[in-house]
Amino acid sequence: MDTVLFIIFAVVAIVCAFNLVLQKHPISSALSLIGVMGSLAVLYLLLGAEFIAMAQMIVYGGAVMVLFVFVIMLLNAGSEKASSKSWFAQLAGLPLLCAFVAVLGFFVRAAMPVLRGVRFGTWVGGTAERIGQVLFTQYLLPFEVISILILIAILGAVVLARKEID
Amino acid sequence: MLPPVPLSWYLVLSVILFALGVAGFLYRKSVITVFMSIELMLNAVNLSFVSFSYELKRVDGHIYSFFVMVVAAAEAAVGLAIILTVFKNRGTLQIDEVDSMKL
Repeated sequence: MDTVLFIIFAVVAIVCAFNLVLQKHPISSALSLIGVMGSLAVLYLLLGAEFIAMAQMIVYGGAVMVLFVFVIMLLNAGSEKASSKSWFAQLAGLPLLCAFVAVLGFFVRAAMPVLRGVRFGTWVGGTAERIGQVLFTQYLLPFEVISILILIAILGAVVLARKEID
Repeated sequence: MLPPVPLSWYLVLSVILFALGVAGFLYRKSVITVFMSIELMLNAVNLSFVSFSYELKRVDGHIYSFFVMVVAAAEAAVGLAIILTVFKNRGTLQIDEVDSMKL
């Protein structure tokens, strides 16, 4: 069952990611990205990360993608114009990408031959309770720092997007 | 009973998604799509964090991927505000038309 679910959602994620790169219109890319995020949330559940799966759906699939779609609608972004690409990119882009994947995949397989298999339900450490305990004891300072970061980001977004008042 | 999924499959999936994100980042010309490719790369890294967390049976990887999510949300807010400003000033979303800092 794990294998079947993993294969289904991994294939969905990869197809959606390909679609993101290949589509010409930003809104199609945005919807594909939502597909990637949803299938990744299921994979997180398979890995026993309940809290992260929910946060993935709410923060990524919800908030961030609403922001993207909102900006696409607001700017009325059409299909992008094809522009001249360098001969090097046209010729070597795809082979270099495949080589990148092959090298990284080889190192992943070679460096970690003794990894355990993943079976759903054997480890459910990622509950909200456990995450909360660790987050508010061991990682309290990073948590506070990141809350300041997000406050600064909100202020920055407001300052950047405001209307100039003379 | 099927055998369990090897953890390296998750890592290879993460590699593939990251590579597709890099490809989109380099290949696409619309600012918004380039930005979405960055989000795709962050998601791929999150997947590998959670996989390692499962392997080590520790919850730290989940915390890191939670922080990555927060940073991605902050980045999306600021980045989209920058895109709005660029569009207001120049009326275009093509990255190769925004080249005033090019030598």
